[in-house]
Amino acid sequence: MIRVEHLVKAFNETTVLEDVSVTFEKGKTNLIIGRSGSGKTVFMKCLVGLHEVDNGAIYYNDRNFVKMDFNERKQIRREIGMLFQGSALFDSLTVEENVMFPLNMFTNMSLHEKQERTNMCLSRVALTDSNKLYPGELSGGMKKRVAIARAIVENPRYLFCDEPNSGLDPKTALVIDDLISEITHEYDITTVINTHDMNSVMEIGEKVVFIHDGRKGWEGTREDILDSDDENLNDFVFASNLAKKIKEYSSAAAPKK
Amino acid sequence: MNFFSIFGRYVILLSRVFAKPEKHKIYIQQTIKEIENLGFNSVGIVIIISIFIGAVITLQTRYNLESSWIPLYLIGLTARDTLLLEFSSTMVGLILAGKVGSNIASEIGTMRITEQIDALEMMGINSAGYLIMPKIIAAMVFNPFLTLISMFVGLIGGWFAVLLTGALPTSDYIFGIQYLFVPFYVTYALVKTVVYAFIITSVSAFYGYYVQGGALEVGRSSTRGVVYSSILILLADLVLTQLMLA
Repeated sequence: MIRVEHLVKAFNETTVLEDVSVTFEKGKTNLIIGRSGSGKTVFMKCLVGLHEVDNGAIYYNDRNFVKMDFNERKQIRREIGMLFQGSALFDSLTVEENVMFPLNMFTNMSLHEKQERTNMCLSRVALTDSNKLYPGELSGGMKKRVAIARAIVENPRYLFCDEPNSGLDPKTALVIDDLISEITHEYDITTVINTHDMNSVMEIGEKVVFIHDGRKGWEGTREDILDSDDENLNDFVFASNLAKKIKEYSSAAAPKK
Repeated sequence: MNFFSIFGRYVILLSRVFAKPEKHKIYIQQTIKEIENLGFNSVGIVIIISIFIGAVITLQTRYNLESSWIPLYLIGLTARDTLLLEFSSTMVGLILAGKVGSNIASEIGTMRITEQIDALEMMGINSAGYLIMPKIIAAMVFNPFLTLISMFVGLIGGWFAVLLTGALPTSDYIFGIQYLFVPFYVTYALVKTVVYAFIITSVSAFYGYYVQGGALEVGRSSTRGVVYSSILILLADLVLTQLMLA
């Protein structure tokens, strides 16, 4: 579980996050949604320590991440897997070497053990015959899958995904969403996903946090979204014609009280 | 950003670069890779440039010393001392600042904008140490060999020029390059090379590491890395010459 209390982050004079408090639950896919520029990427970077916060606290199972020094944070970071927007695979390493990288850095496993673990993670993301390929030879969806395999290779307790579907077609996006959701439940980890893809929200959003203008605008489940009367959330969720039609259809189909 | 702010960030980066490595074995492997990447891959360009410059220095000295009062072997001596004192260390340093410096700044800069550095940090790895320290050590270890190669090949270039043009008897040239040889000149050149290697790698890495934006900024940081390391090389040349030869 990750608990955020009264988080504040500003860049020079501009306050990007203001008094954000939220809890991300274990064994669930927790989604952060919001418009571009609403502060959700900054929020995620604060959660993992890539940005320092100005005020507030972030607890990883009651350990305050904000108060920790570099070495203490290292321990927490070893419990974190992260999937970056652009996958962030190391260009000079093959798929296998990318996935094996954390094991090389932090474990004393034999080469055979490392290869076994790497192959297990790659087969978990359905990539069994790409070990010797370089990132430049992979499609966008394959890169994401390799990045997921690298993120889970050390059995993380927390998984962060920044825009996991960006640049992917709807079908591949669905595959990635399902994969993240399956891994979350299989390993019972706390997953936090940053997205503005409403398909993802409706598919895997067990808990949804809406960030609006740097503040927490709304919090609930994917089922609650359709019934919410929060104006900003409705503006965001039903921005597309397709979403509007779905809402009209679901309102018409709902039994009248 | 003012000078003090940039210098402060540079010092902070260096303190991270030389922090205790997570795993020595991995850093040693990286250093060996960098010796190949930054060192061995520069041997070709150093040989080509040195052979031509050695030849040109010899011919220019010959055409400037037309007087019959000046013994011809002094041409060999002048070519040798020019190569040993300045060309093989400083000129090769400036050439490597262009080749190696732009390579380092653009490589690290691209890693920054594609979030690969963030990925390293997220894994709990000291990204500055992992990416930069092996490059600095590789250059400081291997560049002195490049300087020695440049000295040797430059003198051979001069000999070729003498042989092909007949500008002076080869025996005079051979005698000249051995005449009044001061071994300390080699030490002086090697000390300069080690300092330049540190400047080239650390300054270029600094500009790559802190790049923000996209491809355009990576290009700019690469240019800045080359320009500032070149200026610092010339400044270090002045200081070291005063300290070691005066």
